[in-house]
Formats: sequence, C-alpha cells, structure tokens
Amino acid sequence: MAALVVRLSCLGKRWVLACIDGGSRHGRGAAIGLTSRRKRGQSSVAQQPLIAVQKSRKGEREWAAVVGLEIHAQISSNSKLFSGSQVHFAAPPNSLVSFFDASLPGTLPVLNRRCVEAAVMTGLALNCRINKKSLFDRKHYFYADLPAGYQITQQRLPIAVNGCLAYSVSVGKKPSQVSTRTVRIKQIQLEQDSGKSLHDEPRSQTLIDLNRAGVGLLEVVLEPDMSCGEEAASAVRELQLILQALGTSQANMAEGQLRVDANISVHHPGEPLGVRTEVKNLNSARFLAKAIDFEIKRQIHELENGRKILNETRSFDDKLGCTMPMRDKEGKQDYRFMPEPNLPPLLLYDTASLPPGADPQQVINIDWIRERLPELPGKTREKLIQQYGMLPEHSFTLLNEVGLLEFFQNVIKETRAEPKKVTSWVLNIFLGFLKQQNLAVNESPVTPSALAELLNLLDRKAISSSAARQVFEELWRSKGKTPSQIVSEKKLELMQDQEALERVCHTVMEGHPQVVMDMKRGNPRAINKLIGLVRKATLSRADPTVIKEILERKLSS
Amino acid sequence: MSSLLSASSALREDALRRLKREMWARAVKLGLRSWVGWRRGFTSKADPQRSGRVTAEVIEHLERLALVDFGSQEAVARLEKAIAFADRLRAVDTDGVEPMESVLEDRCLYLRSDNVVEGNCAEELLQNAHRVVEEYFVAPPGMCSPKWLNRLSLSELRI
Repeated sequence: MAALVVRLSCLGKRWVLACIDGGSRHGRGAAIGLTSRRKRGQSSVAQQPLIAVQKSRKGEREWAAVVGLEIHAQISSNSKLFSGSQVHFAAPPNSLVSFFDASLPGTLPVLNRRCVEAAVMTGLALNCRINKKSLFDRKHYFYADLPAGYQITQQRLPIAVNGCLAYSVSVGKKPSQVSTRTVRIKQIQLEQDSGKSLHDEPRSQTLIDLNRAGVGLLEVVLEPDMSCGEEAASAVRELQLILQALGTSQANMAEGQLRVDANISVHHPGEPLGVRTEVKNLNSARFLAKAIDFEIKRQIHELENGRKILNETRSFDDKLGCTMPMRDKEGKQDYRFMPEPNLPPLLLYDTASLPPGADPQQVINIDWIRERLPELPGKTREKLIQQYGMLPEHSFTLLNEVGLLEFFQNVIKETRAEPKKVTSWVLNIFLGFLKQQNLAVNESPVTPSALAELLNLLDRKAISSSAARQVFEELWRSKGKTPSQIVSEKKLELMQDQEALERVCHTVMEGHPQVVMDMKRGNPRAINKLIGLVRKATLSRADPTVIKEILERKLSS
Repeated sequence: MSSLLSASSALREDALRRLKREMWARAVKLGLRSWVGWRRGFTSKADPQRSGRVTAEVIEHLERLALVDFGSQEAVARLEKAIAFADRLRAVDTDGVEPMESVLEDRCLYLRSDNVVEGNCAEELLQNAHRVVEEYFVAPPGMCSPKWLNRLSLSELRI
C-alpha cells in the first residue's frame, strides 16, 4: 500500500493526470421512459405532481421539470462479475486483471453467484418483480478502457423490473415539514464496469488501468418521476442507505461505487415533455442536485430565448457550477446490441419451482433470499419513532450519518437518561461538535460510554445542564478522562448542601436590595435576575429550580 | 453453413477483411440463428437492405463503428454484394419459429462461488501491449471520436 502511494504521487508529478470515470459512460442506451407520458402508479398518490414548477420571468407561462436517473452501483463482492480476479479500490495498476478481463482470445465469462444474489436482494428491497429468466447482451462501443469492444449487460430482459423507492424531502422551511415521495424503478440490470483511463494531456496519451474492468455493477434505472435536484439527491441518498443496509454495495460516491447520470427536460404543464439532455459523471449528492437545478434553469432560459434544446450528453463542472456539452460524444451512438452468445439465460427459482435434487450451489432461490433480507432504513426509522418517541426528522438524521445510529444505540444501552434527552444530546451537541470539526462518528474523541455516563450524572441531578456541556467540551478535548473525573477536578457537581445554598441566596439578596424591591413590586423578571446572580456566585454549580424555591420562600417570608 | 464459410473466405480481401471481422465472422461464429435474431431484434441505422445500395452516410457510420476505412468505391461495391448475398437468409421462412436466445439456451448457466482465483499477472498481460508506462497500457487520447479517426491513419490507430 505504501509503495502504491509513492507510485501515485510520483506519477502526479510527471504528468497532468485527469481521471475520467469510464464506468459512468455505461447505461447510455437504456431507454428511460421520457418519451412516454408520465404515469404515476398507485403508490405515488401522495406525491404532488411537478413541484418544481418555475415561474417564467416573462410572465404567464409556467415550466415543469422532469428528472429521471440511471444509477450505477458497484456490487460489493470479492471477485469480479465474470472472472475470478479481485475487486479492490486502490491497488497497483493492472494487478487485479485476469486474462478474461483483458479480453484475451479464448477466454469465457463465468458468472459470479454473489453478484446475482446481490441483484436479487436489491431488487426485492426495491419492491421489484424478479425475472425468473433474464438474459445477457453485448453493448458495443470503442473505448480504450473497454478491451473487448463491448460491455456485457442486460438489455432485453433484466434481472429485476417494476419496483419503487420511497424517499423523503423537506418541503417547508422547518426541518419537520417532511414529505414522502415515491419514484418508480424501471429495472435493475447486471453489467460489467469498464477500466479507468488516465488522460495525460501534455503527452497526448491515455494510460489504461483495467483493475476496475469487469467489476459487477447494478444499473438501477429510475423513472422520470422527480422534478428537481433535491428530489433526485434525496432519492439517491435513500437508495444509497438501502444498498448499504443490504451490503450489496458500499455505495461510496467519492470512491465511485455509486455513479449517477441524470436525464432532464422541461415543458409547459399540460403539453408534451420537452427534449431531454443527459448529465453524466455525477459523483456526489450535492453536485447531483446542483447539476440538475442548473440544467433545468439553463433549458428554461434557452427555450424562453427562442432556442432549442438538443438531445445531448453534458457534463457538470463542479468548479464553475454549470453543465457543458461533452466534447467526445459527437454523433449518435449505435451500440449494436446483440445477445451474449457465451452465456445461457440466467434462471432463478422460488421454493415452488426449485427443481428437486438440484445442486444448491447452482440454484438461487428467491424466497430464501427474501426471508433473509436485513432490516431496511425505512423500517429502522419507524422503529426509532415508535420505540423512543422520536420525531421523524430526527430518525432521518440518525440514519444519514454513518455510524451515528450505532453510537446512539450504544448510549441508550448504557444510560438511564430519557431517550428524548439522549436524542437531543446526540443530535444537537455531539453531532454539532463533529460537524464543526468535520469529523466522522468513528473519529469522535467521545465514546458512547462516556456520553452515557455524563447523561447519567445529569439524570440524577449531580450536575446542571450547563455543567454537563462543560464536561462534554472537556471530554472532547482530553481523551481518556471519565466524566466523573472531570466533574470532580473542575468542581462542577451541583451544590447538594442546602444550608450553604441558602447562605449564598441570603448574601445575594442583601447585596441587591433594588432587585428584591422590584420583585416585591411584582416584576416577574426580577427573580430570574436573582437566580442568575446566585448561580454566578455558586460558579453554576447550583440547580436553578432549587435556587428559585429558596428565593421564593425567602421573599414570601 | 459451409457455403457461408466459403463465401466469407471469398471476401477475405483488402478493406472488407476488417468489416468481415466485425460482421461476418460474428455471424458465422455465433450461428445463423443469432445472426438473424440480431438483425431482427436490434435495428441498426446501417440498414442498407431497403435501398439495395449502401449510402455514403451508412459507410461513414460503419467506418466509425468498426474503426475501419473502406478506402475505395470498389470496396463499397463488394460490401453491397456481400449484403445481397447475406440477404438470401431472408428467404428462409421463420414465421412462427421462436427465435433462439443463443445456441446454449437450453444449457444451465454455471454459477461460480465468489472467490479470488485470478489476477496478479500484470507483467504477463503487459507483454501484449505495444507501449507501456509503469504498469499502465498506453492508448492514444480521445477514442471514439470521428475527428480522431480522420486525423490518424490506420497504422497510427494500432500504435
């Protein structure tokens, strides 16, 4: 690994390297139903049609935008889709390549069982119909990182069809105004990833690394049921959480395990859909939303100025925040799809159709996989809401941050504090500190047990909530100390000595006769001022409710 | 089948040699049925049957798809003849015959367990490459572009 880093860094010095994500070229041919009229299924009744209706600057006519997505998720498997070479993100160039991956003559594809199971699991989780028979096809195009000159995919009969994905978007200004929407899933197909090209512009050459060539991909085609960048980003985020919960893909966008192409068009409501463009190479949720919203605005601007939208492929420039036509994609592509001659149809079974005496290694039982599906994010959120009385938006936040749910559950296990208190501490204070320092949950200096202990101290009123915050800050700074240690070191425990507290109250009252007068005259705010003064005198170690009691007693006597 | 093979060997001349590799060889190798299936199942822009003649646009399209250069009118004429010959396949009445997926369609698709058993042979693989930089294959920049095709000669294409 160390050797690799050295190699890569010296490469960087010698060439200007621009990495083009070859894999996301895939899926261009899959027809997305933009030409057909949008038809919402029963499941999407809750959806408001066309929320991103934009007011035209020139007055009366409104615009509606339509967005469909093609998502490529790299299957999490040990070996590639059709060969026994390893799948690994950063390895020395061309070290994870078999003769088949390099397309040497005489080699044949051998299907990886794990990849088929991953596709079935994903299909079931996305409410798809699993095709008991699916077919492999060749899709042809010439690119240096595609050594065979074709990609094996599933064009005619994919492994899963007709699913749906529910996701949530915030609709109002408040985070609590969340609306659930549904996007239909046209199909999920198994296909090969391509290699990677590193373009060395100054030397006018391209360096080819085939380590990724032949890695299994799930292409998930979402119907154009979305209408803005935020909807698309939320749908992708939900899909990402589902894939991660299933373990079928690590779905890390930064490492290219999840790549999104967006099809975008605009039209006047009630009129036929407009000409679409495709924006490729979107590898972060934020860029996805930005690129889509930019493209919608651009298309409206073009049309309002009497220009036409070309059916073209565009790329998103994240620095300029705009989309540009892609240079090397001139002319219509003709993929010359043909049946893959070396792979018979892929047959799947259910318990009823399982042939008796079949070799269990050679048959895949859909029912067996369905029974073993792990809990999906939607269900997890529902349980959090029911079990802990959590607000829906809080359940979303808990799941959105990698490891946060586990952290929360570990704190809950070890503390006597109320779940609501734990939720509030984890989401407001703990997450706030993480965000401020740009840390992941597993990089936190505060362990779940430490937070649990702190919340116990707070729960049995050993410390005030402001003292608890101080302890938390101290925990964050000095690793290894326990909350109790910090409390005793900093003398933060609440004053339990009633007499001493009464003495302090007395002194404060004597010292501020004007405030006492104000209060006696019925100014309700005066007591707060006195409480503040007493707390200050006790270095915030007294419980405000106790102080209030004492003060009230003293004043009425 | 044998007449097809001999026909294809008759075509083994000049520029058509390369077109043959793209189309004919596939048809022969994959068997007649999948060839017919391909032509029927996937309509292509290069569909000269209707006109009987291959237009300049279709030639240009084919050249781009197959990365070949037809070069001469003679080569185009030979292509037209080859297509006319292949069209005899259409004389076979296939009505009511379900097209085959592949010649292996009634075989079981073998499933491999997910173990790493290959790879780690970069040195051997790179012996095939004309040019290598460190452990990378080296290719010319910007593939697929017609501009690129026009700019470089065939020999350059194969660096």
